[in-house]
Amino acid sequence: METLNELKTGQKCVVEKVDTSLDIKRRLMDLGVVKNAEIECALISPVGDPKAFYIKGALIALREEDSSKINVRICDKESNSDEKGWGE
Amino acid sequence: MNCFTVALAGNPNVGKSTVFNSLTGMRQHTGNWPGKTVESAVGYFDCFGIRCRMVDLPGTYSLLSHSQEEEIARDFICFENPDCVVVVCDATCLERNLNLALQIIEITDRVIVCVNLMDEAKKFGIDLDLDKLSEFLGVPVVGTSARSNKGIDLLKEAIFDMAEKSSERIGLSAEHTERKAVLYPDEIEKGIELISPYVEQVYTGYVSSRWIALRLLSRDYEIIEGINSKLRSNCFIGDDESVGDAPRMLAAALRLAQPPEDASEIIVESIFRRASAAASVAAGSQGSVGENLASGAKSGDGKKVVNAATGESAEKNKLKERNMRFDKIFTGKLTGLPIMLLLLCVVLWITIEGANYPSMLLSEVLLGLESKISAGLNVIGCPVGLRSFLCEGVYRVVAWVVSVMLPPMAIFFPLFTILEDFGYLPRVAFNLDKYYKSSGACGKQSLTHSMGFGCNAVGVTGCRIIDSPRERLIAIITNCFAPCNGRFPMIITVISVFFAVFASKHINSVLSAAIVSVVIVAGIFSSLVVSKFLSKTLLKGEPSSFAMEMPPYRTPQVGKVIVRSFLDRTFFVLGRAITAAAPAGAIIWALTNVRAGTENMSLFEIFADVLDPLGQLMGLDGVILIAFILGFPANEIVFPLIIMGYTASGSLSEVGSIETVRELLISNGWTPVTAICVIVFVLMHWPCATTCMTIKKETGSFKWTLLGILLPTLCGVICCMLINGIAFLVRC
Repeated sequence: METLNELKTGQKCVVEKVDTSLDIKRRLMDLGVVKNAEIECALISPVGDPKAFYIKGALIALREEDSSKINVRICDKESNSDEKGWGE
Repeated sequence: MNCFTVALAGNPNVGKSTVFNSLTGMRQHTGNWPGKTVESAVGYFDCFGIRCRMVDLPGTYSLLSHSQEEEIARDFICFENPDCVVVVCDATCLERNLNLALQIIEITDRVIVCVNLMDEAKKFGIDLDLDKLSEFLGVPVVGTSARSNKGIDLLKEAIFDMAEKSSERIGLSAEHTERKAVLYPDEIEKGIELISPYVEQVYTGYVSSRWIALRLLSRDYEIIEGINSKLRSNCFIGDDESVGDAPRMLAAALRLAQPPEDASEIIVESIFRRASAAASVAAGSQGSVGENLASGAKSGDGKKVVNAATGESAEKNKLKERNMRFDKIFTGKLTGLPIMLLLLCVVLWITIEGANYPSMLLSEVLLGLESKISAGLNVIGCPVGLRSFLCEGVYRVVAWVVSVMLPPMAIFFPLFTILEDFGYLPRVAFNLDKYYKSSGACGKQSLTHSMGFGCNAVGVTGCRIIDSPRERLIAIITNCFAPCNGRFPMIITVISVFFAVFASKHINSVLSAAIVSVVIVAGIFSSLVVSKFLSKTLLKGEPSSFAMEMPPYRTPQVGKVIVRSFLDRTFFVLGRAITAAAPAGAIIWALTNVRAGTENMSLFEIFADVLDPLGQLMGLDGVILIAFILGFPANEIVFPLIIMGYTASGSLSEVGSIETVRELLISNGWTPVTAICVIVFVLMHWPCATTCMTIKKETGSFKWTLLGILLPTLCGVICCMLINGIAFLVRC
C-alpha cells in the first residue's frame, strides 16, 4: 500500500484509508481527505518537506509525518486523464 | 435598542473580513492567507432601518474539529443565538465551502449563503446558478464580489428579509426539523430516529436535536461536553444516578442504537457528498434537484457530478498553471530560498532609499519649528523652565519619532501588505517549515513571525492560528525576535550612521538593506534556537501535525493597499508618538534637569552612572540602557531618547542630519562595536508594554509572560557581552 508522501509532483492518487489519531483525522477530513477523495501532489518544499497537495480544489501543505499515514492508491496518469481533473 | 445579530462564518481566506468591512464600513485588516481573523471582530451597520450587529467569526473548515477557532465559531452559532448566520463561500472552491455551510444549516435554518469571489470565478469560466443552489440548500443564496463591493446590497436585502421573517418566531422552525440538510446512510438515520426523542427531552429547544443526535452517534464527546456545560444541562455521559430519567434513557437509547465504529467518518463523508451535489447543482450540471438529492446523499457515485461542480474548465486549468508558474519560482528547489532573501532585501532597500528624503524634509520642518514654538511660548509669557520642558523634552522627542521613525514604517508596511495580499506569506511558511519542525515548532510560526515585523502584539495574537498549545506558546514567546516596525527604523538609522561608509548614497542604501536583512535573518535564526531550547526544556514535546492551506495568488490591490496601510501606519505612529513619546520625553527631560546629591548631578547622570558598568560590559553605556528601559511603552522612542540623553548632557544642542548624529554618537564614545551591540540589543530585549500585555492576555499566565520578557532579554545581554568580549580580545 502506498502512502500520500510517496507521491511525486503531478502524480494523482485516491485516498484509501486515513490512519492517524482521531484529532488529526478530523482535521484532515475537514480539508477533504476522505475515503475515495482524489488528491494530486503539486509542490515539494525546497528542503524536501512538507509537500503541497491539491485537495478538493485547494492547495494544502502537509508534513511527511501526517501524509505518510494516509494510505492511497496511486493513479496511473494516462488511464484517467480524460475525465478526472485536479480540482476534485 | 435591540440589534439584529448577524454572525459571519466561512472557510479561512474566503473574504469574510472583506465582506465585514464593506457592510460595516470598518477597516479590519485583510490579507491573502488563512487565519487572518483570529478574534471575532464586532461591527454595526444599518440595514434598511434595522440596526445590525455583525460578528466576524474566525475562519473554519468545519465545526466538528477541536481547534480553538472552531470552538469559538461553533459556540457562537449554537449558544449566542445569532438572528442570522451569513456563511461566506469561495465561488472558486464551492464544494469544500458548502461543506461548512451544510454543517451550519444542520444547526440552524437562519442561514444566508453568500457566495463571494464571484468575479474571480467568472474569470475562470465558472458560471454559478445561485437560484438553483438556493433551492437545493433551502436557504437564501446571494453572490458577491466583496473586493469590488459588488452584491453587497443584495446581501443586505437578504439580511433584511431574514430580519423581517424572524421577528415573529423564536427557536427553530418546524420546517427545519422536517427538512434534512444532509441525508445519511440508513445505519446513521436509524440511530438518529432512535435517540432523537430523548435528545429532545434533554436538550430542549436550543440546538437542533438532529444535530446533537449526530454528535452523540459520532462520539464527539468533547463537543457534547461543551454543549452540556453551556446549557448547564445534566450531563448524559457517565451514569450519574442523581440526574433525572431523560439523560439515562438517552444513554440507554444510544447504547441500543449501536452506531458503527466509523460513524464520524461516515457522517463527514455524507456531508461532503451532499456538498458535491450542491456544488454541481450550482454549476448547472445535469439532473434535477430531486435526482441529485437522491444520488448525492445516498450513494457514493457523486463522481461525475463532482467534476462538473468543481468547474473542470480550461480557464480553471489556466489558473492552476499560472499558480504553478509562480510556485515553481517561489517554492522551487533552487529558487525558493534565494528569492525569499532577495525579496527581503528589495523591500528593505526600497524602504531605506525611499525614507531618506521625507525623513530629511520632516526633520528640517519639525525641528525648525522648535525654535519658533519656543519663541511663541516666550511671547505668551511662559516660564523658562516650562518652555524648556515642553520644547526640549516633549516636542523634540515627538519630532524625532515622527521624522526619523515614521517614514520607514510608512513605506515598509504597505510593501509588506502587498506581499501579503499577493499570497506570498504562506509560501514562506511552506519553504521554512522543515526548519521550524526541527526546532519542535510549527511552520505557521513563520507567519506569526512575519506579522511580528508589523507589530509584535499583532504577531502574538496571530499565534492563535497554531493549533497545538505547546507550539503556540513557543511562537508567542519567540515572537519578539522579529524586529517590529517600531524597532527596525532604529536598526536602519544605526546602520546608516555607522556602516554605510561609501561616498555614493545609492550604494549605501543597498549596503544598509543587506545588513538589515542579515539582522532579520539573525532574528529568525535566534527565534529558531530559542524555540529548540524551549521544546527541549520547558515545553517538551513532538512537533504536531501541520496542515496549511496555500491560497491562490491574487493580484494585489496595489493602490488601495498603499493608501490604506500608509494611512493606518501613519496614524498609528502618530498616536504612539503622542501617547508614549511625549510622556517619555517629559520624563527624560525631568531626569536630566532635576539635580540632586553633593556633586549636583542630574538624576539622569546618576542613573546612567549606576547602569554604566553593566552597559559597558555589554558594549553599550548607561544612557543607552536607560533609553531602552524608558522605551518600554514604545520601542519607537528608544533612539530619540538616546539622542536626548546625550544632547542634554551638553555636547550638542541641535539634531539634524546623519552627519551630526554620527558626530554626536562618536563624541559619546560610540564605536562600530557599540553600534553592533546596540543593533543586537534592539533585536533581543524585553518586548514593549503592549506586547507584554498581549502575551499575558493570550497565555493567561503571569509565568509565561515573565518568560517572554526574560528569555529575549537574557539572549540580548549574553549576545552583547559575547560580541563585546570578542571585540575586546581582538583589540588586545
